[in-house]
Amino acid sequence: MKFAVIEFPGSNCDHDAYHATKHVLGQEAEFIWHKDTDLAGADVVILPGGFSYGDYLRTGAIARFSPVMTRVREFADAGGPVIGICNGFQVLLEAGLLEGALLRNRRLKFLCQHVHVRVEQTDTPFTCGGAEGQVLKLPIAHGEGNYHAGPETIAALEANRQVIFRYCSPDGVTTEAANPNGSHASIAGVCNAGRNVVGLMPHPERACESALGSVDGLVVLESVVSALAAKGAA
Amino acid sequence: MDQSTIDAHGLSADEYQRLLEILGREPTITELGIFSVMWSEHCSYKSSRLHLRRLPTEGPRVVQGPGENAGAVDIGDGLTAVFKIESHNHPSFIEPYQGAATGVGGIIRDIFTMGARPIALLNSLRFGALEDPATRHLVDGVVAGIAGYGNSIGIPTVGGEVAFEPSYAGNPLVNVFCLGVAEADKLAMGLASGAGNPVYYVGAKTGRDGIHGATMASAEFDENSADSRPAVQVGDPFMEKLLLEACLEVMKTDALVGIQDMGAAGLTCSTCEMGARGDVGIEIDVSLVPQRETGMTPYEIMLSESQERMLLVAKRGREAEVEQVFEKWDLHAVRIGEVTGDGRLRIRDHVEVVADIPNRQLADRAPLYDRPTTRPAYLEAAQQLDLAACKAPVDLPRTWLDLLGAPVIASKHWVYRQYDHMVRTNTVALPGLGAGVVRVKGTDRALAFSVDGNGRYCYLDPAEGGRLAVAEAARNVACAGAVPIGATNCLNFGNPERPEIMWQFAQAVDGIAEACRALEIPITGGNVSLYNETDGEAIYPTPVLGVVGVIDDASQVLTRLFPAEGLDIVLLGDPAGALGGSEYLKVAHGMARGRPAALDLDRERALQQVLVEAARGRLICSAHDCAEGGFAVTLAECCVEGGGVGARVELAEPAEADDRFALVCALFGEAPSRVVVSVASGQRDRLLAHARELSVPATVIGQTGGDRLAISVAGEVVADIGLDEAEQAWMGGLTRHFEHVAA
Repeated sequence: MKFAVIEFPGSNCDHDAYHATKHVLGQEAEFIWHKDTDLAGADVVILPGGFSYGDYLRTGAIARFSPVMTRVREFADAGGPVIGICNGFQVLLEAGLLEGALLRNRRLKFLCQHVHVRVEQTDTPFTCGGAEGQVLKLPIAHGEGNYHAGPETIAALEANRQVIFRYCSPDGVTTEAANPNGSHASIAGVCNAGRNVVGLMPHPERACESALGSVDGLVVLESVVSALAAKGAA
Repeated sequence: MDQSTIDAHGLSADEYQRLLEILGREPTITELGIFSVMWSEHCSYKSSRLHLRRLPTEGPRVVQGPGENAGAVDIGDGLTAVFKIESHNHPSFIEPYQGAATGVGGIIRDIFTMGARPIALLNSLRFGALEDPATRHLVDGVVAGIAGYGNSIGIPTVGGEVAFEPSYAGNPLVNVFCLGVAEADKLAMGLASGAGNPVYYVGAKTGRDGIHGATMASAEFDENSADSRPAVQVGDPFMEKLLLEACLEVMKTDALVGIQDMGAAGLTCSTCEMGARGDVGIEIDVSLVPQRETGMTPYEIMLSESQERMLLVAKRGREAEVEQVFEKWDLHAVRIGEVTGDGRLRIRDHVEVVADIPNRQLADRAPLYDRPTTRPAYLEAAQQLDLAACKAPVDLPRTWLDLLGAPVIASKHWVYRQYDHMVRTNTVALPGLGAGVVRVKGTDRALAFSVDGNGRYCYLDPAEGGRLAVAEAARNVACAGAVPIGATNCLNFGNPERPEIMWQFAQAVDGIAEACRALEIPITGGNVSLYNETDGEAIYPTPVLGVVGVIDDASQVLTRLFPAEGLDIVLLGDPAGALGGSEYLKVAHGMARGRPAALDLDRERALQQVLVEAARGRLICSAHDCAEGGFAVTLAECCVEGGGVGARVELAEPAEADDRFALVCALFGEAPSRVVVSVASGQRDRLLAHARELSVPATVIGQTGGDRLAISVAGEVVADIGLDEAEQAWMGGLTRHFEHVAA
């Protein structure tokens, strides 16, 4: 199974995503330069975190115009699994592959810390290995992770069960105190209508080895490995 | 050249005479500017060089000592750790966000210029009292600036220190440390060679920002300094990220001869130094330099300190390979000149030669001063500690909590949560738990680092303060389980033209040198920041040491936290503490007096050996150095923020039990070479035997467990606080000052 890790100028979690998929999961992984126009036959696409184009103008706003994004959109339209982590989530929102927007954190400061998120839905390729209501301990590191969308969009996302992760307390309760950035309805991650494109602010790739304080990120990355294996077998 | 122009460039009469001798004629204005920045204190170290020679710089692991962009030590597996610390004090006072951000940018460039991939940042920050709103503004800006730059470029900020003392009110200290890893045989150097080889400029365009930044850093502040804002540069971390990746990529091509970043004194310093190191000349045409503003003069282009710029010398015939890599990253490498065989730094503006200077003389004949030194008058009185007029505390638990909430001691989570400290997935000890520790992927090893200084100790005894700074940084690294293998220093002092300041400097260097020798930790580079004065008031003399250690097995890393209930608590080292220069005196009595407890270097060395070997043998479960606030604060820090395990300990009766301050001294007195460790019962005797072999006192003082922290002396409980109270005081001590902007 092959992971494509898209590299934009200013991506800085590209090596982390590569390390987690290649060296921890033991899968194939390849960097795809943003100017490239094919995905090298990858089965999964990761848009990693970082500050693409310095986050100048607006987070993710310039990266969506990179040539490779055309291929990513085609890949997603064909049902291929795509995950955007942190800045990658911001890029997916700017590209219109996911709905909503990410605003400055509630108290305006960049925040790097471990948080807890609850798995809300398990019928996506990135959560199928988890259990509904399962609490994952994952790091966040962002200044603009405050998820926001209009009331109609929110209603549609909730009705279609497109909210995939919510910030919560260690025992799984969504509270204001457990919501680090002020996200609407504690939303930490969403998927598209086809459920194959997922974006989230926490960093599963930073939580794949016990030496780093948590292995809960494996739930997300191993999910897609088993989802594709099952699809291949079927 | 008229006298007022010479004066405006900060050159003394003697220095100008020397310039005339070197040139054999009157200088052009561009030449005057070049000499002025190259011979500024900031670039030439003219007041400090003589003293820095006393620092030990050699050792079996040293791959690169002082003189290059950064030092390097061997960490095994064919790898080297490349690291340096640098100050950005003056710019950070004038414009805190950009001053701190560009400080981070500068030190990162020093590291990747050496061919190393930067993997960790630390910082050492000192401000005035937090009660002053101006201080809070500075703290907020400096922290945001460090975060803004480091987070964006994707290098984790994994540790550091933050201190507050009124003496830094007009002169905050912003010292930043960066470490990278390189293959030992692939270090890049900042030298030019081979006449005819092309000289490239790459990175941001040159503007008028930062002109005379180096001169600014070489003068005292006065009330007009806040108007110096145009001399502070603006950082662009995205540009630097591109430069970092492109430079590391181009170094793999083997088409480079040398590379240097344009830091202080910009194009001037980089051309001069690269030529001087390779004993060649460099000729460039400033009209080819990419410019951000119109109408810039050669003088301005040569002196600009615009950020994110690099100078490269490529091999002739390999230009296409170099240019191609930069194009990939949307950077444009511009050929601005070439290496020459005549040893001259020649600057042209189109065809007109605007500067023509013998390169080596510019670099090597920089002034060197043996400035007079005098023991400062204040010391006599300041070193006397008379507590007769002081009231001994009646409520020790209250004092304990007050100290835990003192901003110097309290949790710095408000600061480090703003830093991305996990990017690159190497951080195996989170900030606030002791030394910063990152693993080295592809090996079993980890590297640990600590940056430490104590200005108050140095103010009261500069030589002892220097020794203590080395010992503390090394001890912190050893507490993580790492063997200290190298150090870098940042020497922050006042105006060296004042003999009292120069005495402090010389003494501190002696102290550092002595401790580094005894602990076998070579200094591989660093930075000197002088003229840290405002309106004639100098900062506390503040050497900051950055020590790097290596752990062979990353799974053996220790932190300060007691990991479980039912462990034995052992105090390694002599239990006695002293109140001279202590945080207790400052917090409880508003005093900075007395002498810091003296360091016994043999004991310190043995203690660190015990720690490293105990970690290696998995004898101990945690280790934490007794620093500010003494034993009681250290014990509490082993429990708060994440530990959730209390402790009950029993101390021996102090020797002078009838002294009113005997208990205070036992609880809050400070002394070096003391570490609190936790140990499983089954390993306890092995640890004690091991300590005994190395003549390190080791006392079993209690056990972990419960939800309280209790200290007894001679069978009687003298201080008992709830873990939740301790946690609240410690977590809120710094944050409460920032509630209006709390993260």
